[in-house]
Amino acid sequence: MASKPSVDRREFLKGAAVTGAAAFVPAAAPLAAQPFDAAQGGQAAQAAPPAGPVREADPAPNTEVLGPGERAGGDFMVDILKSLKFDYIASNPGSSFRGIHESIITYGNNVAPEFITCCHEESSVAMAHGYFKAEGKPMAILCHGTVGIQHAAMAIYNAYCDRVPVYIIAGNHLDATHRRPGVEWAHSVQDAVAMVRDFVKWDDNPVSLAHFAESAVRAYKIAMTPPMMPVAIVCDGGLQEEPVSAEEHAKLRVPRLTTTSPPQGDSGAVAEAARLLVSAQNPVIIADRLARTPNGLKLLIELAETLQAPVVDQGGRMNFPSRHPLNHSDSARQLVTNADVILGLELFDFWGTTNTLRDSLHRTSRSFVKQGAKLISITASDLFTKSNYQDFQRYPEVDLAMAADAEATLPALIEACKRLVNGDRQRVFDERRRALADAHTKLVRASREEAAYAWDASPISTARLCAELWEQIRTEDWSLVSESGNMSGWPKRLWDFTRHYQHLGDSGGAGVGYGAPAAVGGALANKKYGRLSVNIQGDGDLLYAPGVLWTAAHHEIPLLTLMHNNRAYHQETMHLQRMANRRQRGATRWNIGTTIDNPNVDFAKIAQGMGVWAEGPIASPNELGPAIRRALAVVKKGEPALLDVVTQPR
Amino acid sequence: MDSLNRRGEACLARNVHPYGRRVRRPYIVLAMLMAATVGSVAQAPAPAPPAQPSPATVEEGRKIFASYGCYQCHGYEGQGGAAGPRIAPRPLPYAGLSRYVRRPAGQMPPYTEKILADAHLQKIYAYLQTRPAPKPVDSIPLLSK
Repeated sequence: MASKPSVDRREFLKGAAVTGAAAFVPAAAPLAAQPFDAAQGGQAAQAAPPAGPVREADPAPNTEVLGPGERAGGDFMVDILKSLKFDYIASNPGSSFRGIHESIITYGNNVAPEFITCCHEESSVAMAHGYFKAEGKPMAILCHGTVGIQHAAMAIYNAYCDRVPVYIIAGNHLDATHRRPGVEWAHSVQDAVAMVRDFVKWDDNPVSLAHFAESAVRAYKIAMTPPMMPVAIVCDGGLQEEPVSAEEHAKLRVPRLTTTSPPQGDSGAVAEAARLLVSAQNPVIIADRLARTPNGLKLLIELAETLQAPVVDQGGRMNFPSRHPLNHSDSARQLVTNADVILGLELFDFWGTTNTLRDSLHRTSRSFVKQGAKLISITASDLFTKSNYQDFQRYPEVDLAMAADAEATLPALIEACKRLVNGDRQRVFDERRRALADAHTKLVRASREEAAYAWDASPISTARLCAELWEQIRTEDWSLVSESGNMSGWPKRLWDFTRHYQHLGDSGGAGVGYGAPAAVGGALANKKYGRLSVNIQGDGDLLYAPGVLWTAAHHEIPLLTLMHNNRAYHQETMHLQRMANRRQRGATRWNIGTTIDNPNVDFAKIAQGMGVWAEGPIASPNELGPAIRRALAVVKKGEPALLDVVTQPR
Repeated sequence: MDSLNRRGEACLARNVHPYGRRVRRPYIVLAMLMAATVGSVAQAPAPAPPAQPSPATVEEGRKIFASYGCYQCHGYEGQGGAAGPRIAPRPLPYAGLSRYVRRPAGQMPPYTEKILADAHLQKIYAYLQTRPAPKPVDSIPLLSK
């Protein structure tokens, strides 16, 4: 550096505890605060500067440009990001990370990572959430000091609950003496990650570039170790902006990333699980957040076919083909009720899978598992549980619990099962296969028959919407990048899901506002593969942060969005109805505070205003097919398109 | 605001299965209705609805069905969905349906006479009865593939 202030900020950062920053006493403290040293004859007091306004530093020479050989700290940070092979970094711009922002777009040439402009930090994080589940690697996001992290918080919580790694870089100005007066103080914080620490897996607040390098790589490694979760690194404004001399830069290095092998289940527990499964008469396999890679899907097929056991896919990930004869997701309750062995793979809620709780004035619960049935759990969530936020669900009483990554454990479990299958068991399995295949055929037929009800109704039935959409994407390389639960599960019941990217699960924390940005993030991941991304979009969800439509238009992210516009927060209408009925009053007032009408939201106009091709509202079922055709033509040109479809509630 | 619980959806038994008791949802509901009947023997029998409801009655029933929030779980046409079973176009016999609505056994909230009069429930029933039957699946090209 050409000139040093009286208090070197790097030394300050190295020496000061984060929370001690406020206690820092500047050189020019008021006289009254100085101790009187009798031995010095009061010299300390005499040597102290006169009382008056605090002086932070001597005036620095004009150092507005980097000197010869100097580098920007932000450039080195970009070297780190490039070493971690981020394709994208999403953000709403903010001054606390202006240093690294400029380094990304200029020094880094805005490639790997490419800056994705978002209109809200919740959109940035949810985009990264959806992106990971389609691409299998994390996306970085930048957020601005206090305000950005607060905006991002809900989306971070969703990712945490969904066990998805999101790589958060938070700008901040820790050194109070360097902050610009006014807003920069309001946007600075002692402990930037404090407010989200309950729902990130790890975070750090590096005080030097070398520290940033290690922590950035460590954060990536921790995020990608099951159970995967968001991580956060605070990126100090001073570190980003202050020059780095050639000598200092020569000492910096990019640490090598070695990702952790996912933990496998204990070999003895695997053997016992295999024994139980092979000898079971009515086993059932239930998978939720199992398939964290494409291989998870293949492994579950292999396990199910080895045992000829039915599979219930709870849909946290794309775990099992929807039309596989062993897919019996629609019969979950029956299967669990009659099973003698239940294998749960990365279940979000094992207790809720085997018990029911009646939402009545006096809540009652009961298990519907058969007496003597054996419950086996394999989940990495058992390796990492926090206290405050209660997403860990009610305690499940299982017989065998493996604290392990289920996908990593499946190869050993499959081999152990195969070793135990003898001729007698194989004959049982073959018979079971025939019965299950027959039942699956009936399930598919029953779903179609149910879809025919209200086929010509207006508002359009969710079954009709899904059937119309399926007809036009079935021959494409498609990917459903939205949640499907609020559609009464019709996509899984009518469509042929076979590939890992065709279903991306849900939000995890059930925080509304996830859907639209996660869909755009999934579509961003699909873009380079030429996949057709489709999004069935809730109306209330889009209203949280519709600016993500602009992001899709701006970055030319092809995405077909069909609004599931039921003009209400329908889950909440049902809750309010329940309260009114329970209290015996106001049974027709459930719409107050729960509906999105009067006026109806014109989502086509909103989308058009964001630069997205759009049509609607479409309330007649016969108009839907041709409209989808027109929208698809736009998407196939590489742009987003939206159809506002007025729908039945579920 | 929260979304429908995935486990809640998964718990909806939709069809037959080789693993055990073969049940269809209408029969589950029927079983619940029987239970409700046993528990309400002291109540007076519900008045029978008109055999052939007038168009005006059906229209009134449609409005009541919407205003009392029945459609939230069962759909505007009573077609059912993840949150509630299908109840049209062939609803259960009126007496049983009435008893169940008053004292439901499952997740459905109770609609007592105090908040939903018998006369209104009859009109809802008239509306449900007159919903059009679905076309045969094989006659719908989108569902026959």
